[in-house]
Amino acid sequence: MAGSLTFTSASAAFVGGIRSALTSVFFLVLAGTYVGIGALAHDFGFSAGWLGLSSVLVWAAPAQVILLSSLGAGSSLIESAVAVTLSAIRLFPMVVALLPLLRGEGRRLHHLLLPAHFTSISMWVESLRLLPTLPREWRLAFCNGLSVGYMGTAIAFGFVGFYLAAGLPTLFAGALLFLTPLSFLISTARNARMMVDRLALVLGLMIGPLFVWYQVELDLMWTGVVGGTVAYAMNRLREAAA
Amino acid sequence: MSAVGELSPYLVLILVGFLPNEIWRLLGLVLARGLNEESEWVVWSRAVATAILAGVIAKLVLFSGGALATIPLDVRVTATVAGFLAYLAIKRSIFAGVLVGEAALLIGGFFFAR
Repeated sequence: MAGSLTFTSASAAFVGGIRSALTSVFFLVLAGTYVGIGALAHDFGFSAGWLGLSSVLVWAAPAQVILLSSLGAGSSLIESAVAVTLSAIRLFPMVVALLPLLRGEGRRLHHLLLPAHFTSISMWVESLRLLPTLPREWRLAFCNGLSVGYMGTAIAFGFVGFYLAAGLPTLFAGALLFLTPLSFLISTARNARMMVDRLALVLGLMIGPLFVWYQVELDLMWTGVVGGTVAYAMNRLREAAA
Repeated sequence: MSAVGELSPYLVLILVGFLPNEIWRLLGLVLARGLNEESEWVVWSRAVATAILAGVIAKLVLFSGGALATIPLDVRVTATVAGFLAYLAIKRSIFAGVLVGEAALLIGGFFFAR
C-alpha cells in the first residue's frame, strides 16, 4: 500500500521502486503495449537491437509507434521527426509537474536529468500518486527504481513481441492494443484527486475527438492547451466563488 | 524502411526518434527550476498534460488503428464505459476496471468483429 512505503537507505528506496513497478497495473499495460511494438518492429524489418535501444532512448510508446510506422511506411526523415516531436509535446508539462516533487536538500540539476529522461505516461502517473506519500529524501531513488523497473519490463516484452511477431489472432491483438487507452483512462481518473485534474481529464476526452473530427492541425497540442487552460480557469473561478 | 536506406538505422534512431522526443523533456527540466508543486504554473502544466493524455486516450478508442480497428466502434466505447464503471463500483481498483473492460471487448469482439 502507498501509505506503508518506508525506507532506511537510498538503495532500499531504489529496490522498493523496482518492486512497485513490477507489481503495479502498468506492468501488464507495458507488457501488452511493448509486445505490440515488438511485433510492429519485426514486421517493418527493424532489428531486435534497434528496438531495444529505441526503448532506452525514446522511452515513450506513442513516439515509438509513430517512429516505427512512419519509417516503416517510407515517410521522409523530416516528416517522421515532426510526427515524433508532436507526440512528445505532452512530456514537457509532465516534466514540469513531476520535478518539484523530487526536489530537496542538495538536489542539483544533474540529479534530475535521469528522472526527466524517464518521464513517460506510466512512470508519471505512478510517481504523482506515490511520491507525495514518501519522505523527500527517498523520492529520487524510488522514482529511478520505478522507472528502471518499467523500462526493463518494456525492453523484455518488446523482445517477446519481436520473436512472437504477429502470431496472435486479430481479436487478441486488438485486445492488447486496447489495454493502453483503458488502463491509462482508469489510472488517470484514479490519480486525479483535485478538481482541476478531473476537469482536465473530462475536457480532454471531449475536445480531443472534436479536434480530430474537424481535422485541426496539431490536435493533441491544442487539446492540451485548450482543455488544460479551461479546466484551470474553471477551477480558479470555483475557488473564488467558494 | 526505405527512407532509412541511406543512413545507418542507429543514426536515424538518434536523429528522428531520440532528439525530437527528448527536447521536450529537457525543456521541462530547464523551465521547471525554481517552481514548487503548489505553484500555479505547475497546476496549469499538470492540467495541460492531463488533457493531452485524455486526448490520446479518446483517439486510441474512437479512431483506432491496426487490429483494434477490426472491433466495431460501439464495442470499443461500450467496453471502455464498462471498464470505467467497474473501476468505480469495485473499490476503485484499476485492475478490476481493466479486467472487466478487456472482457467486455473480447466478448463484443468475438460476436461483432468484422
